[in-house]
Amino acid sequence: MGYNQDPSVPPAALSGAVSIPDALADLEPVRSVTTPLRMEYTATPGASLSKYLRAMKEKRIIGDVCPDTGMVFVPPRGVSPVSGKRTTETVDVADEGYIESFNITRIPIKGRDDLHPPYVSAWVVPDGSNTGSIALVAGDDLDLDDVRIGMRVKAVWKPDDELEESAANILHWEPTGEPDAEVPDMMRIGRPTDGGAQ
Amino acid sequence: MRDVAVIASAQRQERSIDNESEVEFMVPLMQQVKESVGLTQQDIGFTCSGSSDFIAGQAFSFVMTIDGTGPVPPISESHVEMDGAWALYEAWVKLQMGEVDTALIYGYSKSSPGSLRDVLATQMDPYYVAPLWPDAFAIEALAARQMLEAGKVDHQRLAEIASRARTHAATNPHAVRRTEKSVEDIMGEAPMADPLRPSDISAAADGGCVVILAAGDRARELSDRPAWIRGIDHRTDAHTLGVRDLTQSMSARIAGEKAGVGDDKVDFAELYAPFTTSEYVLTEALGLGDDVVINPSGGALGAHTMMASGLIRIAEAAERISRGDGDRAVAHAGSGPVLQQNLVCVLEGE
Repeated sequence: MGYNQDPSVPPAALSGAVSIPDALADLEPVRSVTTPLRMEYTATPGASLSKYLRAMKEKRIIGDVCPDTGMVFVPPRGVSPVSGKRTTETVDVADEGYIESFNITRIPIKGRDDLHPPYVSAWVVPDGSNTGSIALVAGDDLDLDDVRIGMRVKAVWKPDDELEESAANILHWEPTGEPDAEVPDMMRIGRPTDGGAQ
Repeated sequence: MRDVAVIASAQRQERSIDNESEVEFMVPLMQQVKESVGLTQQDIGFTCSGSSDFIAGQAFSFVMTIDGTGPVPPISESHVEMDGAWALYEAWVKLQMGEVDTALIYGYSKSSPGSLRDVLATQMDPYYVAPLWPDAFAIEALAARQMLEAGKVDHQRLAEIASRARTHAATNPHAVRRTEKSVEDIMGEAPMADPLRPSDISAAADGGCVVILAAGDRARELSDRPAWIRGIDHRTDAHTLGVRDLTQSMSARIAGEKAGVGDDKVDFAELYAPFTTSEYVLTEALGLGDDVVINPSGGALGAHTMMASGLIRIAEAAERISRGDGDRAVAHAGSGPVLQQNLVCVLEGE
């Protein structure tokens, strides 16, 4: 029997009645076991991420600067993955950038009722950063067919009185309508540092 | 067998590291070790680490720690969900295969964000045992009770182990429990997980350890006195506690025999003993006599960084060999409830 290739067909184990041995015929079959699991943690984000989250409250996006290469990493994690060194300097990057890649999600995600498919998840590179990060691209007039690599986007922030130490302060990114950025180099590492794509 | 040695190590242990993430506190250790032998990440043949996301309660935390090695251009790397000592074992095998001449190994954790004794309940059988949430202290107390009832140890002996560990830890700058305490005072402590008293139980810490292994002439070139791994073996007992005699450790005994512990005189031993009772079981299983100094660092009773404590035992033993404090040492790492898994390593100077 080969693998079922049709995603709409449920797995065989769930597709029919549960069969049980004769010796257990009178018993109610056990269909699942629930193990209560709860662990509480008081996590601390670390020095670098703390700084990033505090900047977020001021509607600023900051990145770490690699001490060897000068590359800027957003979000900052306190280390340069290129040199393996601790970063000591942070810089502000723009709340504008371009789409390096994207996908369109057409199925709902459990627990995220705030996301209404179809929606666009994009890899957005802010101006001044060498790396991008995952972001929601949305907008009232956004035409999904119009979303493309190189599209210029700008962060849409929560209202000032709702800002907190959270990356969720950016509700989504919306197209600016500017001419597309040229994306010269798909290699994330080695991208020129002069403010992203031209 | 190819000659492989520990040539450098670094560690950091603190009661709680609040202001740094795991990668933030591991990077300086990795850099320090590499610089001490003049190697860059690109000179290192293989990198292997041990950690567990359950400890800090952070999903995929080890993925971020890889960034701390500086993996550009890409490196040969692996990870074990075990103490870093098992990462060292994997690297040792790779060195034995002759594929590489050097390896970087690290183990780390931050247990302070959660309750380690409770988090460890999640390593139990998830159907019959874990739903009852037996914490690590309670499980060890079952073993301790059996040892006491069988007359294998008494409270006096356990208090002596605890007191000696504290005396040793007092001289170790990396230990977090560094106050000396007399046997009498320890005997007077109120039990925490009856019959275990607070001093019978390890001192949880945040931190990590980084070690570099090198083979043959490369090791001699990079270190004045490498600590050669003359034998290394690890064994596991059954997971189900009910099928084991918790008053002894067959897996530690076999690992010790395979590693060649008894082949020559042992000057000192660094044993991963998160409880005084575990130290008793291990000294018996490994046949270590009264002439062997046990845990000169204070062991896990002085500082217990989960996922690194075993690797730290190897690092501590190797440091002492390299310094010339002794010629032959036993280092041990353990994992799982009541030392289900045991790794034994024999280190020698030249």
